[in-house]
Amino acid sequence: MNAALAPPPSAPTPSETPTHYLNASYGFRSWLLTLDHKRIALLYLASITLFFFIGGFYAVLVRLELVTPAGDLMSAENYNTAFTLHGVVMIFFFLIPSIPAVLGNFLIPIMIGARDLAFPKLNLLSWYIYMVGGMVAAYALFTGGVDTGWTLYAPYSSTYSNSNVTATAIAAFITGFSSILTGLNFVVTIHKMRAPGLTWFRLPLFVWAHYATSVIQVLGTPVLAITLVLLILERSFGFGFFDPARGGDPVLFQHLFWFYSHPAVYIMILPSMGVISELVTCFSRKKVFGYGFIAMSSVAIAVLGFLVWGHHMFVSGQSVYAGMVFSILSFMVGIPSAIKVFNWTATMYKGSISYSTPMIYAFGFIGLFTIGGLTGLFLANLGLDIHLHDTYFVVAHFHYIMVGGAVMGYLGGIHYWWPKMTGRLYPEGWARFSALVLFVGFNLTFFPQFLLGYMGMPRRYHAYPEEFQVLNVMSSAGASILGVGYLIPMIYLFWSMRYGRLAPENPWGAKGLEWTTPSPPTTFNFDETPVVTEEAYEYVKEEKH
Amino acid sequence: MSGHVTSKKIYFAVFGALMILTAITVGVATLDLGQLNTVVALAVAGCKATVVIWYFMEVRHARPLTKLTVVGGILWLVIMLILLFTDYISRDWMAGPQAW
Repeated sequence: MNAALAPPPSAPTPSETPTHYLNASYGFRSWLLTLDHKRIALLYLASITLFFFIGGFYAVLVRLELVTPAGDLMSAENYNTAFTLHGVVMIFFFLIPSIPAVLGNFLIPIMIGARDLAFPKLNLLSWYIYMVGGMVAAYALFTGGVDTGWTLYAPYSSTYSNSNVTATAIAAFITGFSSILTGLNFVVTIHKMRAPGLTWFRLPLFVWAHYATSVIQVLGTPVLAITLVLLILERSFGFGFFDPARGGDPVLFQHLFWFYSHPAVYIMILPSMGVISELVTCFSRKKVFGYGFIAMSSVAIAVLGFLVWGHHMFVSGQSVYAGMVFSILSFMVGIPSAIKVFNWTATMYKGSISYSTPMIYAFGFIGLFTIGGLTGLFLANLGLDIHLHDTYFVVAHFHYIMVGGAVMGYLGGIHYWWPKMTGRLYPEGWARFSALVLFVGFNLTFFPQFLLGYMGMPRRYHAYPEEFQVLNVMSSAGASILGVGYLIPMIYLFWSMRYGRLAPENPWGAKGLEWTTPSPPTTFNFDETPVVTEEAYEYVKEEKH
Repeated sequence: MSGHVTSKKIYFAVFGALMILTAITVGVATLDLGQLNTVVALAVAGCKATVVIWYFMEVRHARPLTKLTVVGGILWLVIMLILLFTDYISRDWMAGPQAW
């Protein structure tokens, strides 16, 4: 069913307005001390949106600087600071918490028929930890910033940089605990709080994706924390972990950093894949093709994702033999990713597809993620990587994964569950338009960067030879379209919270326990514990008349 | 896990074991055993972690799922160390500029 075509429910009078989680209580206190997973999800939504626009501001600075070949808008040092802050803010404070902390927090308890997460106080604590980490990052940002790149490579970060490395490392360290607690909460909740009849292989694929993500968060994030502690110790007290002059090894920092930070890519993309599984099956009106394969491919990605980190280090001085091992393992991670893409495509085959906004985002995801994934295979190739390493090809590749994949999935999910979260429908026409603007803007921004990188333009320089200008202007023009594409949903989603038409319980005719609750749900989600009696996605294809 | 009360004697024994193992770590650090220094240091650290997890964290009384979670954590550490050492062991196998 199309949200725009849904019959307009008559507005209830104040006396008959049902009680739900949004109007159950009012005031700052009721929000800042809430233990309701849905309210905590909205706290995260507001916070990560703020950080998204801060990170976006620095992206604007970068793209403006690169309109002309000369470094005329910013000094090289300020440019270093701008792209570093863009990366730090977008990765640690937007992408990593985006889908798990907002959509996962809101939906996982409802999808499994529970009243809340297993540890509601821990859930609220994780938001506060995130905010404390965010404030430390803001301090680092407003007192000069940091210029090391988001990767904080030693020994530049530990010995030579004069910027706010310590504060930035502390910010990432703190916010990592927020991620660990969210993952821990999800693992325990999914294990222990499923409704009667909801067996593991009846779980929505969104839940499977979050389970796999949580395993990465719990097992990987502590390694980043330790690495950052070692970095701070070396920078502050002169320990020699990574400094060759003191017997250390800078490549060790890269090993430890990427042991977390490569799986962190899967923290960003796996939840998005979970969203796409929901969207594709709902808007194709078909049972998902190969449920077990999609579920297990999430787990396989989580496991294999931990074995491939050395592909970031082929030209770092890492052993060539280790590089061979990492190269082969990196190719292997393409298999479960491809299983997902093929199964989504097979799900759509002969489906009754509707082109609602969430499905447009799903189409965008599948196309862009495929390009991002396949170009990742270029970079996993030992020989080709020598040419492409540290060029704009890499920048384009990971933006196709993180923006084309993760952000498209996030926006698709936000639109799909917006009626459930707010009880209001958004304007479908504007939503479709902005999804298309985003798709065009994204490709115009990042596709030229593949060409630039292949032609040899290195990343992280504020000036470049003149022959690269045309493609850079195209990229910056695309970024301005992309910016408009992000602003339009901001405006209409805000607008819809007050003026949007009231949403029925199940505006999409979708399957899943969340669509059996009122829109918005009550504080404890269900009046009675639901009993699950059917498999996931038991859609019946609509007959065409 | 609940229902098991650990005696003080066990906690003191754990403390004693950790102190002895720490003394071994410090002592071995003063000897030049070549590459064995790292092996011994990691072996001692592994023993310490086992004692803490098994007795202090009471995993010996835990349910199978908790034990599986612990095994998962250890497995991930082993993955990290094995792939890390793949680099360090083979870095000098190929003739070329001296690595770090």
